[in-house]
Amino acid sequence: MRLASRERYEEFRLKATERLAGLRCRVMVCTGPGCLANGAREVAQAVEEGLRERGLLDGRQGVEGKCTGCHGLCEAGPLVAIEPAGILYVRVKPRNVADILERTVLGGEVVERLIYKNPATGGRVPHYRDIPFYKNQTRISMRNVGRVDPYDLQDAVAHGAYAGAVRALFEMTPEQVVDEVSRSGLRGRGGAGFHTGRKWAACRKARGDVKYVICNGDEGDPGAFKDRAIMEGDPHSVLEGMIIGAYAVGAREGYIYVRDEYPLAVLSLQAAIEAAREAGLLGQDILGTGMMFDIRISRGGGAFVCGESSALMRSIEGKVGEPRAKYIHGTERGLHDCPTVLNNVETWAHVGAILAHGAEWFAAMGTPKSRGTKAFSLVGKVRNTGLIELPMGTPLRRIIEDIGGGIRGGRRFKAVQTGGPSGGVIPEALLDLPVDYEQLTEHGSMMGSGGMIVMDDRTCMVDVARYFIRFLNEESCGKCVPCREGLLQMLHLLDGLCEGRGRPGDIERIERLARGMAWGSLCDLGRSAPNPVLSTLRHFREEYEAHVRDGACPAGVCRALTEYEIVTETCDGCHLCVKACPTDAIAGKPKQRHVIDQGKCIACGECYNVCPIDAIRHRAKPRGPAERAVGATG
Amino acid sequence: MPTVTIDGRRVTVREGAYVLEAARLAGVRIPTLCHHEAVEPFGGCRLCVVDIWKRGWDADWFKLVVACLYPVEDGLVVHTTTPRVVETRRVVLDLLLARCPQTPLIRDLAREYGIEETTYRKRENPDDCILCGLCYRICDKVGPAAISAENRGVLREVAPPFFEEPPDCIGCLACAEICPTGHIKYQEDTFTRTIWGKTFEMLKCHSCGRAHLTRAQADWMARRGMPVEPLCDSCKQRRTAEVAAGLGRPR
Repeated sequence: MRLASRERYEEFRLKATERLAGLRCRVMVCTGPGCLANGAREVAQAVEEGLRERGLLDGRQGVEGKCTGCHGLCEAGPLVAIEPAGILYVRVKPRNVADILERTVLGGEVVERLIYKNPATGGRVPHYRDIPFYKNQTRISMRNVGRVDPYDLQDAVAHGAYAGAVRALFEMTPEQVVDEVSRSGLRGRGGAGFHTGRKWAACRKARGDVKYVICNGDEGDPGAFKDRAIMEGDPHSVLEGMIIGAYAVGAREGYIYVRDEYPLAVLSLQAAIEAAREAGLLGQDILGTGMMFDIRISRGGGAFVCGESSALMRSIEGKVGEPRAKYIHGTERGLHDCPTVLNNVETWAHVGAILAHGAEWFAAMGTPKSRGTKAFSLVGKVRNTGLIELPMGTPLRRIIEDIGGGIRGGRRFKAVQTGGPSGGVIPEALLDLPVDYEQLTEHGSMMGSGGMIVMDDRTCMVDVARYFIRFLNEESCGKCVPCREGLLQMLHLLDGLCEGRGRPGDIERIERLARGMAWGSLCDLGRSAPNPVLSTLRHFREEYEAHVRDGACPAGVCRALTEYEIVTETCDGCHLCVKACPTDAIAGKPKQRHVIDQGKCIACGECYNVCPIDAIRHRAKPRGPAERAVGATG
Repeated sequence: MPTVTIDGRRVTVREGAYVLEAARLAGVRIPTLCHHEAVEPFGGCRLCVVDIWKRGWDADWFKLVVACLYPVEDGLVVHTTTPRVVETRRVVLDLLLARCPQTPLIRDLAREYGIEETTYRKRENPDDCILCGLCYRICDKVGPAAISAENRGVLREVAPPFFEEPPDCIGCLACAEICPTGHIKYQEDTFTRTIWGKTFEMLKCHSCGRAHLTRAQADWMARRGMPVEPLCDSCKQRRTAEVAAGLGRPR
């Protein structure tokens, strides 16, 4: 069906909404990455077969089964939601499906043992609107992720897709669209936080017959997967944003650059693009307005640096994905040296909602300088890992304690790493920090792409810095000296600290190198590469000093600096540590006190982690005479 | 044409020039390792960092940019020796010295900035390649594009495709000639020249008989309608001088 006019779109929307309203029960199986890994595909098959066997798929029963994108609570997957009742079933196995169909779909009751159990209270919560993880969220960019079938245009339209594009194309001039986005206060969700409206205005003003819009789907930060969820779960929101952007700046071609590691995103985007073309939402004469715009997918080759805008554009051009100096902005000379707007997936996904509901609605959320909501991938040592979206300015404490459900295993919170490899850590003392662009930057971290890695007291901050520097060292393109050689030397210095080869003056050497890299590097990958080191140094300097001065790792993580011992008075011989030890270094019969053979121990800390009564402790490994000499003379 | 001020010297340059060109016009020396007039600016070595100030900025606000890529505009003020410019160059040279501890060009530049030995860990089995990219950029510019940068990060290296004998190389030596550290080596004897693992047959100078051009390059030039010079450089010079002095006749 071709939507050749506004009337045809409205008819289509009305039909879709009526169809949706006529459904008594929708069984929504999450097929996001987390749930898929836990067997959601089999669950979805069981749902489809079960519905067919019971004769519920003939279209007259008001029942349907759907596969959707990520529901967010990845920790408890595979997830099955029952709409419109709003029931959420967790950890569903194929064998549970019959129960759900019989008792919930047909019987209208809740299957008690499959619903979410609140770890804090122990109580069971049937509706996801009551689960703390969902209750505290406001979803805009992910408004339809997990609620629609990404392969069904009608379903998306029933949930409001393209309403913003219709308003923009029929009721507004391109200038008014740019103005609307500017007034909404939307800022780039890829990390840097540049004002989207300002970017669009610059591109609109730039001279050139050919202009481009690009969607950056090269999400590569360790622990981040919100763009993936949007592309896989609600591709039409991305397309809608890009149509509006193309209309606003006068572009006729768009690209979505997707990293090679996201094949599912490519599939769902491709299907969405084809559906949109068929419906007349892309291509020649969009919605009968005469506007011409089409989108192509460009697949990355798996280089982290291609998430950098100038490298990304080179990659689309078919060249080697290396950044270049951006003294002339991409909005003037971007892809093929033409004016280009490049926005992140999440930014594009916001645009449709802003146009549909108005700038004021969006600007009313968040903080004065950071408006609206932000999606985060909440991972690490929290109980509820998953995907969340919150108003800007939400305190970290609420994110970690209420939504995340607190630290797993009853351990102590130590820090949260935000902003990916270019970001930094926020320590416990700043837990009440409202999360927005300014606050995170002020405290040495950054918004970045919205990764949030929560760490407990079993985390060594020098080791964390080393992890990110190692990642960046592998991902630096190597074009410029400070980034390429600087990361290698930074890694050498951090390796030295973690392996007991730290020398007096190392911290100063690290700081000087970090400053030189930040000043001298060509692109933001190199300029921000020292951040993980600088921010851990800023908040946990004493840990660095302990590594250098005492050759000790206070968290007991750096193996070369740590040894473990069993407190004989406390040990009750439960034998758990013996089972956990990978090198058979612990001797002792059950119910008797155990001893660690230091010769065999590799200081992995597994025994410490499993001991239920804290009978194992770590201490600094005594330094040998040679190491002491090095430490003394430097 | 825009007028800019570099270290207090006012200079007027052509529209579209970069700061580095303006600085050279003004007689201000800015060190570079990856820059060459024959190829597009690259911005890789970062040695040419300078502080700039533009009209409309706060008086004490400066921005660190690389001179080889920053376009001039009227009223631009450039400082080439501020403390952070010098410090950035020091870190860069210190890092390059760790990469190429034996390379005379790097040693001399580093010494100029007060660095005798690197602060950092020296590369094991170092060679003289500083990854300035001049070799493969000139190869692209000449035309064959026979070599490129392989891998990324510290594993980056200049090589022919798949590290094999480069099929498109014509043995013109542009890469070896432009290499600032002499890293790119080649061998020549009376009949052959070998570079990048590929051996070329040589053509002889019609006057002195010395091998001066590979047959591959002569063929490559002929296919593009370019005149193939039958004389070697020194014979060509001598012939020119003879003609100028009225000793010979032009060919």
